[in-house]
Amino acid sequence: MTMTDQPTGVLGSRMLRREDPALLTGEARFTSDIVVPGALHLALVRSPYARARILSVDTSAAAALPGVRAVYSGADLADLWAGPMPCAWPVTDDMKNPAHLPVAVTQANHVGDGVACVIAESAEAARDAVEAVIVEYEPLEAVTDLEDALSDRVVIHDELGTNRSYTWDLKIEETDGACDAAFAAAAYSVKERYVQQRLIPAAMEPRAVLAVPQPFGGDMTLYSSTQVPHILKVMTALTLGIPEHQLRVIAPAVGGGFGSKLNVYAEELLCVALARRHALPVRWTETRSEGCQATIHGRGQIQDIELAADADGRLTGLRVRLIGDMGAYLQLVTPGVPLLGAFLYAGVYELPKAFDFSCTSVFTNMTPTDAYRGAGRPEATYAIERAMDALATEIGIDPLELRRRNFIPVDKFPYEAYTGLVYDSGNHDGAATLAAEMVGYTDLRERQQSQNVPGATKRLGIGLSTYFEMCGLAPSRVLASLNYGAGGWEAATVRVLPTNKVQVVTGTSPHGQGHETAWSMIVAEKLGISPDDVDVLHSDTAIAPLGLDTYGSRSLSVGGVAIAMTCDKVIDKAQQIAAHLLEANPDDLEFSHGQFTVAGSPDRAMPLAAIAFEAFTAHNLPDGMEPNLEAHTTYDPPNFSWPFGTHICVVEVDTETGEVEVLKYVAVDDCGNQVNPLIVDGQVHGGVIQGLAQALFEEAVYDSDGNLRTSTLAEYLVPAASDVPPVITGHTITPSPTNQLGVKGVGEAGTIAATPAVINAVVDALSGLGVRNVPMPASPNTVWSIINAAQGGSQ
Amino acid sequence: MIPAAFDYVRASSAEEAISLIGQYGDDAKLLAGGHSLIPLMKLRLAQPTVLVDIGRVSDLSYVRDAGDHVAIGALTRHMDVENSPVLREHVPLLAHATSHVGDPQVRHRGTIGGSLAHADPASDLPATTLALGATYVVAGPNGTREIAAADFYQGYLTSALEADELLTEIKVPKMHGAGWSFQKFNRRAQDWAIVGVAAWSRGSEAGVGLVNMSSVPVLATSVAAALASGASIEDSAAHAADEADPQADLNASAEYRQHLARVLTRRALTEAAG
Repeated sequence: MTMTDQPTGVLGSRMLRREDPALLTGEARFTSDIVVPGALHLALVRSPYARARILSVDTSAAAALPGVRAVYSGADLADLWAGPMPCAWPVTDDMKNPAHLPVAVTQANHVGDGVACVIAESAEAARDAVEAVIVEYEPLEAVTDLEDALSDRVVIHDELGTNRSYTWDLKIEETDGACDAAFAAAAYSVKERYVQQRLIPAAMEPRAVLAVPQPFGGDMTLYSSTQVPHILKVMTALTLGIPEHQLRVIAPAVGGGFGSKLNVYAEELLCVALARRHALPVRWTETRSEGCQATIHGRGQIQDIELAADADGRLTGLRVRLIGDMGAYLQLVTPGVPLLGAFLYAGVYELPKAFDFSCTSVFTNMTPTDAYRGAGRPEATYAIERAMDALATEIGIDPLELRRRNFIPVDKFPYEAYTGLVYDSGNHDGAATLAAEMVGYTDLRERQQSQNVPGATKRLGIGLSTYFEMCGLAPSRVLASLNYGAGGWEAATVRVLPTNKVQVVTGTSPHGQGHETAWSMIVAEKLGISPDDVDVLHSDTAIAPLGLDTYGSRSLSVGGVAIAMTCDKVIDKAQQIAAHLLEANPDDLEFSHGQFTVAGSPDRAMPLAAIAFEAFTAHNLPDGMEPNLEAHTTYDPPNFSWPFGTHICVVEVDTETGEVEVLKYVAVDDCGNQVNPLIVDGQVHGGVIQGLAQALFEEAVYDSDGNLRTSTLAEYLVPAASDVPPVITGHTITPSPTNQLGVKGVGEAGTIAATPAVINAVVDALSGLGVRNVPMPASPNTVWSIINAAQGGSQ
Repeated sequence: MIPAAFDYVRASSAEEAISLIGQYGDDAKLLAGGHSLIPLMKLRLAQPTVLVDIGRVSDLSYVRDAGDHVAIGALTRHMDVENSPVLREHVPLLAHATSHVGDPQVRHRGTIGGSLAHADPASDLPATTLALGATYVVAGPNGTREIAAADFYQGYLTSALEADELLTEIKVPKMHGAGWSFQKFNRRAQDWAIVGVAAWSRGSEAGVGLVNMSSVPVLATSVAAALASGASIEDSAAHAADEADPQADLNASAEYRQHLARVLTRRALTEAAG
C-alpha cells in the first residue's frame, strides 16, 4: 500500500479545543463535583511544628462532636499500611529514605505533616473536629538551610544518622583529569552560585480525592485529581496491600498539575484505606493552605557551576556541584529530579568530554520537593544560561555572540553529546536568529547604550536564553539506567465503530493540555475522517487499563505517536478487507481521504465506513481474519524528544524602587511538527509566565524555625494576567527524525527558557551599576537592595 | 476554608443593627460587604459567634453633594464610589483611589464603611480619607457622633468605634480643584499596597496619607509642613517617613518601605502639582 502524502489539512490547523466549552461554562466535572450519597469527609490534623515529637494524641473530645464518625492518630492507623509511602526513584543503591507514613506516628517533620485524621458526615463537622483533637508535641530544632542540613549539626531522622540522602556523580572525561586540565588551561573561566528557590505549584484545582467502595466483593473506585491514574493504581495497591485488579482509578476533569499531581499522596491512601474500613465512600478536598503545606514543592537547589573556555570563548570544561533540597521525606520521584537536569548542563553548546557533575541531596524540615514543570531541566538551563552571560561579561563580548560561538552546528545533527545522549535534531542558530529579529536585538542594544547613562533611573536590560529540553520521557532502558522504577512506554487503542465513528483509548492522562482535541486531530488526519467523529477515552483505568500517564512533556511524542502507529495498523487491516471485497491485490490499493482506491481504477473504491461495517458484521472477511476494526500499540520511544529554542526578554528596571517591568518577551520554540499551533502557543504562554513567575514573583518562604510564611495566595505571589506581559511567540520547525509525526514535547519548554531570560535581562539592565547577579525572585525590595549593595550603600 | 459555626441575624435598619450588636455584645460582628471579615473567618482567625448582616440596610448607600463636602453612606459599595459623578467632580482622589481597591469582584461587594471600620493600615481608603481630612459619622445607642479621620485610627485593626456603634456616613471635604495623585506600589495589581501614597496639593497647601506605613494609616504632617514653609517637593518628600513606623514583611523591609514612601511621595506631589 502507498500512504498518500496528501494531508487532509487537519494536522497543523489552529482548531479550537473541544475541552474548553465545558471548562469555561463550569460544566466540567472535577473530583469534588462528583456527588456520592453518604460519603464521609476526611480532614487531617497537621503539625504546626517543622519538627516535633508526638507525645500524645487525645481524640476523645473530637470524637464526641456531632457528625464525627471516627478520629485516628497515626498510631491507630499504623497497621493499615503494607508499606511506607512510595518513592519510585532510588537513584543510588545506598540512598537514604526515611519511613514515610500517611499519618506520622512518632515525629512530625514539616509544617503540614499529618499527625491525626478525622472522618465525619460533613466537611464542616470534620473541620470542627480537627480543632478539637489535642496533640501534645515536644518541639525539636528544625533545619531549613541546605548547608546547615549537610553539616548534620541536627539530624532530622534519627534512624538515618545523617541528613544526606544520596550523592550522585556524573563524570564524563575523555581521559582522567580532563575537566581539571580544562580549567587549568582555560583562557577564561567563571564560577557562579545560583539558588533555585522553592516554588509552590499552585494548580488551579486543588487536590481532591473520593474513594467509593463498590457493592460486595471488595472492589474500590478511587477518583483523584491526579496526573497519574495508572501509577496511582499500582502504588495504592502496593502500599495498602490490596489486590490491584480490584482497584479502579479515575481522574475526572483535572485542573492542572505541573508535576504536583504526579505523585501518590497520603490523602489518596487514607481515603481508600478508610473507605475500606468503614465500608462507605470517603472524600477529601484540599484547602489552598493545605496545598501550600502538604502538596509537593518544586525546585529547591543550590547550584555551583564553573565554566572553562578557550580564548575564543568556546567551552572547554564544565563543573557542577548541586545541593538538592529533598524536604522532609522522599515523595514519588523526589530524588530523581536533579538527575533529570544533570544531562543538560551544557545546554545547546558543544562541550568536549570534560564534565564533572555531582549532586548531594539532603533532608530538611520543609515540605517534600518533587517534579515541578520541567523538573531538573529548568534548574540546569538556568545555571548554564546565567553562567554563559557571566562568561560573556568576563570575556567582554555580546551574550548572543558568545552563544553563537558555542552552538552545536546545524550540520552536526544527529549529534552525539559528551554524555552519550544523541540529540536527534536541532537548529540553534536558526532559532536565535529569528528571536533576535523578532525582538529587534540590534536596535535594542543601541537604545540601551543611550538609555543606561549614569544617573538614569530607568535602565534597559536585554536577556536571552537558549535551551534544549530532554523530554518525551522516555526510552525504558534509559530510565532503567537511572534506577527509575518504571518504564517510559505509552499505550494506544484505536477502535473503528460499525458506524465509522472512532474511539481512541490513550494511556496519557490530560489535565489541561488538550489531548482530546490533539489526539482526535491525529486520528482524523490518519484515517481521513472528521475530528468530530473521534472520541478520546482516557484517565480511567477500567477504560484505559494500560498507560504511564502525563508528565515530562511525553504525551504527544510518546502517546500521540502510539496513536498514529495504531492508526497505521487499523489501515493495514482495513486494506486487507478492502482488497478482499474489491477483489484486488492489497498492494494495488491506495488510501486517501478515508477511502481505498484501486490504483489506476478510480471507480473501484471503498470508503472506510463500509469496511468498518463489514468488519463488524464479519459476514465476508478474509479467511482467518478476526472481526472488528481495532488495533493496539504499546510504544517505547527510541530516544528522548529534543525541542529547543531561544527566548529574549526586555525589561526596564526602576532603580529608585527596584521594580522590574517586562517591556517585551519573545519566545521562539521549535517543537518539530505542530499538531495544533493554537495549543502550542497556549503551552508556551503558560510556560513562559510560570518561568517568569519564578524569576520575579514566587518563593515558598520559610523562617528559620521551619514555619511556612507563604501559606495562602495572598503571600505566595502567583501572578495574575494583569501582572505579566504579552508573550510574542515564533517558531522554527525542525521535525523529529525519531517518530513518524516529527513531533517533540512542548509542555515545559516555556518554563525552562523563561526564568534565565528574565533574570539575564534584569542583571543586564544593572550591569553598568556593578551588579553581577540578582537572586530570585527579583522582587522590588531585592533589586533595590542589590543596587544599593553594588553602589556601596548600606542596604 | 470553613468558618467556625456562628449565628446570623439580618438588620433592616441602622437602628436595628445597633440594637442587635448591643444585645450580642463583643461576640457579634457587623457584616457589610464581607470582603475583610469573611476571609478571616474562613481561616478561623476571626470566630464571631453572631454576624449582624447590615448588607440590606439600603438607606446607608448613597453619595450626596452636601455643599462644602460630599456625604457618602457607609454601605456604599466601592464600585459606586469609584463611579460616582459627584465624587469624580468634587473628590476625584477618593474616586480614583477606590478604583485601586482589590479587584472588580471585591469592589462590587465591599463597602467604603466596611473598609474604614476594619481599620487596616494596608487598605487604600483609610489613608486616602485621612489625607482628605474626612469626618466619620458614627451611630450608637445614644445617638450619633462625629469622629475626625485623624482621631479614628487607634491601632492595628482598631478604631475609635465602640462595640455597639455603627459607622453610618463619611463626610469628605470637596477638593475645589486641588491637584492630586494616588501612588500604589505593589507586586500584583489586586494586592494590598506595599506602600501607597494619597496626596493632594494646592500651592503650598497639601495633604498626604500613607498606606501600610505603620500599624495605622499615617498622615504625613511633616511633608505638608515642609511644603507650607516653602520647601521644594523634593525636600518636602524627604520627610515622608517621619511620622511612619513601618513593619517588615515578606514584601518589604522597614527601611525599604521608608525609602519607597519618600520616592512615592515625591512622585505624588510632583504629579499633583503638574
